[in-house]
Amino acid sequence: MMAQTTVEPNAGDSGGTPSGAAAGYRPFATLPFRAEFRRQASRRRTQLALGFMVLLPLIILIAFQFDSGDDDNGRGEFGSLVEFATSGGLNFTLFALFVSASFLLVVVVALFCGDTVASEASWGSLRYLLAVPVPRARLLAVKLLVALTYSALALLLLAGTALLLGTLRYGWGPLRSTVAAELEPGEGLLRLLAVLGYLAVVLLVVAGLAVLLSVSTDAALGAVGGAVLLWILSSILDQITALGVLRAFLPTHYSTAWLGLLSTPIQTDDVVRGAISAISYATLFWGLAFWRFTRKDVVS
Amino acid sequence: MSAAPDRRPVPHRTGAQPALVAGAGREPGPGPVLSADSGAFCVHSGNPQLSPRSVCHMRSPSPAAWIRRALSTRRRALAAAAAVVVVLLAAGVAGTLRPAEPDLRTEAALITVRSGPSGDEPVELDTTLYLPPAAAADAPVPAVLLAHGFGGTKESVRADAEEFAGRGYAVLTWTARGFGRSGGQIHLDHPDYEVRDAQRLLDWLAARPEVVTDATGDPRVGVVGGSYGGALALLLAAQDQRVDAIVPMITWNDLARSFLPEQSGEGPEQGVFKKGWAGLFFGSGGNPGPAPLGGSGPPGGLAPGGGSVPGGSLPENAATTAGAVDPSCGRFAADVCAAYLRIATTGRADPDAVALLRRSSPAGKLDRVEAPTLLVQGAADTLFSLTEADANAREIAATGTPVQVAWFTGGHDGGDGPKTDSDRVLHLTVRWLDHYVKGEGAAPADDFTFSRIAGFDALDRGLVATGFRATGYPGVDGTGQQPVSVSGPAQSIANPPAGNPAAISSVPFAGELSSLLDGVAGDIPGQHARFESAPLPAAVDVVGAPTVSIRAASPTGTAVLFVKLYDVAADGSATLPNGLVAPIRLEGLPAAVEDAEPVTVTLPAIVRRVEAGHRVRVVVATSDQAYATPVEPAVYSVALASGAVTLPTVASEPIPTDAVVWRWVLAGLLATIAVGLVVVVAVLRRRHRRRESRVHPAYAGVPLAVRELRKEYADGFVAVSNVDFEVHPGQVVGLLGPNGAGKTTTLRVLMGLTQPTAGEVYVFGHRLVPGAPVLSRIGALVEGPGFLPHLSGLDNLTAYWRATGRPWADAHFDEALEIAGLGTSVHRKVRTYSHGMRQRLAIAQAMLGLPELLVLDEPTDGLDPPQIAEMRRVLRRYATGGRAVLVSSHLLAEVEQTCTHAVVVTKGQIVASGPVEEIVGESPSVLLEVTDPVAARAVLDRLAGVSVLPDGDGQLVVDTNGTARSEVVAELVRAGIGVDRVVPRRRLEDAFLALVGENSRGSGDR
Repeated sequence: MMAQTTVEPNAGDSGGTPSGAAAGYRPFATLPFRAEFRRQASRRRTQLALGFMVLLPLIILIAFQFDSGDDDNGRGEFGSLVEFATSGGLNFTLFALFVSASFLLVVVVALFCGDTVASEASWGSLRYLLAVPVPRARLLAVKLLVALTYSALALLLLAGTALLLGTLRYGWGPLRSTVAAELEPGEGLLRLLAVLGYLAVVLLVVAGLAVLLSVSTDAALGAVGGAVLLWILSSILDQITALGVLRAFLPTHYSTAWLGLLSTPIQTDDVVRGAISAISYATLFWGLAFWRFTRKDVVS
Repeated sequence: MSAAPDRRPVPHRTGAQPALVAGAGREPGPGPVLSADSGAFCVHSGNPQLSPRSVCHMRSPSPAAWIRRALSTRRRALAAAAAVVVVLLAAGVAGTLRPAEPDLRTEAALITVRSGPSGDEPVELDTTLYLPPAAAADAPVPAVLLAHGFGGTKESVRADAEEFAGRGYAVLTWTARGFGRSGGQIHLDHPDYEVRDAQRLLDWLAARPEVVTDATGDPRVGVVGGSYGGALALLLAAQDQRVDAIVPMITWNDLARSFLPEQSGEGPEQGVFKKGWAGLFFGSGGNPGPAPLGGSGPPGGLAPGGGSVPGGSLPENAATTAGAVDPSCGRFAADVCAAYLRIATTGRADPDAVALLRRSSPAGKLDRVEAPTLLVQGAADTLFSLTEADANAREIAATGTPVQVAWFTGGHDGGDGPKTDSDRVLHLTVRWLDHYVKGEGAAPADDFTFSRIAGFDALDRGLVATGFRATGYPGVDGTGQQPVSVSGPAQSIANPPAGNPAAISSVPFAGELSSLLDGVAGDIPGQHARFESAPLPAAVDVVGAPTVSIRAASPTGTAVLFVKLYDVAADGSATLPNGLVAPIRLEGLPAAVEDAEPVTVTLPAIVRRVEAGHRVRVVVATSDQAYATPVEPAVYSVALASGAVTLPTVASEPIPTDAVVWRWVLAGLLATIAVGLVVVVAVLRRRHRRRESRVHPAYAGVPLAVRELRKEYADGFVAVSNVDFEVHPGQVVGLLGPNGAGKTTTLRVLMGLTQPTAGEVYVFGHRLVPGAPVLSRIGALVEGPGFLPHLSGLDNLTAYWRATGRPWADAHFDEALEIAGLGTSVHRKVRTYSHGMRQRLAIAQAMLGLPELLVLDEPTDGLDPPQIAEMRRVLRRYATGGRAVLVSSHLLAEVEQTCTHAVVVTKGQIVASGPVEEIVGESPSVLLEVTDPVAARAVLDRLAGVSVLPDGDGQLVVDTNGTARSEVVAELVRAGIGVDRVVPRRRLEDAFLALVGENSRGSGDR
């Protein structure tokens, strides 16, 4: 129908910009971080998840008031975390993190990261964002950043509330555990921040997995649940010692290495290895997510 | 009293499990094995090597196809990913469980050797020879003589034997005389008995064709052993120059000093009897029943000294070889037994007993050792302290023989130590043997290495040790001394009668944690004196034996005291490093402490970091459960002689571990990711910019040009093919077709939601690809509204516009809201909206910013008739002023009434296109329903130019051919024919219905 014609740059453009975009449109100004942050902030699940992060330390605190004096809270070197939970604000915070790290935080991160694209797809609003057009890579990048921001916010809220409540209730004291000498409050706070940092790095794997699933499905529940499920699967496999060295390649293998940050002197070997593992997995998952999302047909 | 009973549990490292699996693999299984591969179930014969003959029944010709059909397209990717994970895991498991050991040959034999003082007393030794696969008469290999610990058998060292054999050594293990199935009695590494036995085993090795010899009868051999076996290695090397290298571990220099230590410089005759350990050993060697020991065993991963299996094979051979056993001596030789009984009864050693123990000691014989020696000693060892290795090292080095010393954090109390530490010991041992026996590798550097418990491993819940190295062996005095002031008044302490109650410093074999944590240590009030320092301003790394000077007074003139060094944390918790104490026996003491002479006490050598803020506490106690103390009660006075305890330090550097490497790997990973990200972004940005700035001149002013568009979905379904149309400014173009004709697919491509398989779309000359900036000039409603249900209509519009990043003024919210016509409902949440309301909101959203091209997919869906009419007016008006509208619809009337132009598609292809008047405008034909068709036909035939088309059922289809319809009707009425209905016909209606109507279901969702 149409003869092959020459294509010349910038010829006969009527859009005012070289790319032919509408006036005022700049690809890298689309979907600003703040806009996406507000989009997510308005959602009930965001408010509930963050609210729960505030509520949980309060619930734990109240639960401790029912202490019957029967201290049989689990054994082992790290059972001390439980025993010392009421010895000060720092220990209370550590306890709150200890009980949340293996599951609750995983679910929260999976929720923020797994829901972000899939929910837009299920509402149908994703195609209008793409028709704006928000470049796909930018869309995913902004959504990922916002999800990570909320995840970090959840982590900080949990730790901050626990620190505040714990300090108000149990006082500001040194960080205690049997694996280490007592740590001065200042030092203890630094260790606590290091623990938070490492937890955040480990949870990047969940974030990566959730985002990858999120761009692969329109069902937000599937993405969130899938990420949590795979995380649990990895945890279960990590319990099977018959797997030998293979376990070191499981994304959850180093998930408790942060406990080494509490010992004196500080144990960072597994933390470093865990960080390598987590960052590698997260990069892989995010890479796949970007690769897939920038190529897929959006048909929802 | 004898050497280390080691009761290493069953070897758990490389040996047992793989061997089990290997054994199972070698024997053909009794029945068929079911395995699932490639989707089919296969029945293999038991032997995996026969798999080509396996019988496989495929359930379908192509399982992959079957699976593909079973899964929807979208899930396939996930299923594939899951399958990959499962396969990888399965492969990993298989790889882990597969026997990693090459096929080692083992030969078990009872060898009769002749030894004893005259060399003619035969004794049967139970031996096993491990041969690496490569060993043969024409390819002989060097050998390792591997000795076990006290109370063990050759089986105790099996894992280590397999380790060395796997590294190319012929390894000979044997059960020492007096143990297991071997005959004879226990002479405690007597030069004429145990050592001579080992010499005969060297003869035997030299006669083996698989073993390299240096000369006739001189095998190339290293001797490795721990504890009892370690002393044997030293004594053998001193007695037989055929030994090429030795690695004695956690063993003694002077057995008398080890069991009767005295730390103020006196000899064993003055020593304090270490009754706890002695009793354990005598029990494990003398009792014909199972050894009374349980728990974690001594050293080493390498465990050369090697563990024993508790109980071993004692019962049976006790009956067969020992015959009528003296119940008080068991399998001990009579002189050894008698010496023990004398010492244990009195708590003191007579010169004869000391001489007997010295006979079994390397001390004084080591100047004859020419074999390069690697001494491995454990810090967590209350039996053979670091000082023993120190004495061995000094004696051997005095003659110029190469010696290296390695301390690790295990020992008779600490077991193998943390894995990092046992790995380090294994590495050192193998390096030593490789260089001095096999002749491979460089000469080992690092004269002195040691390690310190650095904390807990969070993952394995075990301890972590950090290794350090130093050039030149500093001994237990260190390379530097740091005095730390301690103070305290003179104190009176009581010696309890019969040593009960007694302080607990260590519990032999209580497990590695007991002595490392402070749980066990306990001093009895009134029985100990404390002298404490101020908090240390800086951390001190103690490596070696601290010294302290004290004065003591006793009403009896004698005193047995235990001096200990505690590390006291800021919270007051005190740790006794490794449970080590320094016993002293002082005699000729005055009654008043002021008159006493200072006594310098050498405390046990330790490796420990005393943190800043911690205190150092010197405790002098009168009792200790592990030692024999005077029976009579007494009250002593003790005071510090000098105000300082001297802490030795060693200039050393940490041994680089792979942890350092990992840190670099992490840094490299982060850098790589950062660089990779920058590069990818830069490349993509550049590519986009180049592509986006190109303009097709022919379509520069055309809002939309679709050229030969084809979309084929992944499953092969062709949704559209050869779609070709243009939308020009001012036009309202209708994309008309039945459901599933391909309209939505076309619009999806237009919006950059899907990639076309072939063909191009140009918007104002710019090639349209997903995310192309030119899309910002298109407003769209595709596949129904898509809103955030939890936001109000207005919030949705503002959220949308915020996402565009464009100025607020460009949005024209007021116009859009007016078109939406939602009134106050615009403030309600979208989830409460009706379908029509959402539709109107979606159209308003599409019009935000007044885009130059408006693309609406079924815009009137859900709208009521007045709204539809209004929408038509809006769209017509919108297209004026250079803008254009593309509307898709499956309703002919819709397109006819709204559009200026139409494109008719069906089954993915265009069947007609052009101005609406041409396509769906009124045709000159009209359908008449009349009372008398026959008469009417006659009337109409008379009218010029009017022709009647054939039809039936009282209806006439008339081609008016320019004649006004009113004229035709008037003519009929005039002729007296009643006209019931006049229906104008459309030109393409018949054609359209013929094309799309008969099968309007299309072929699926396009």
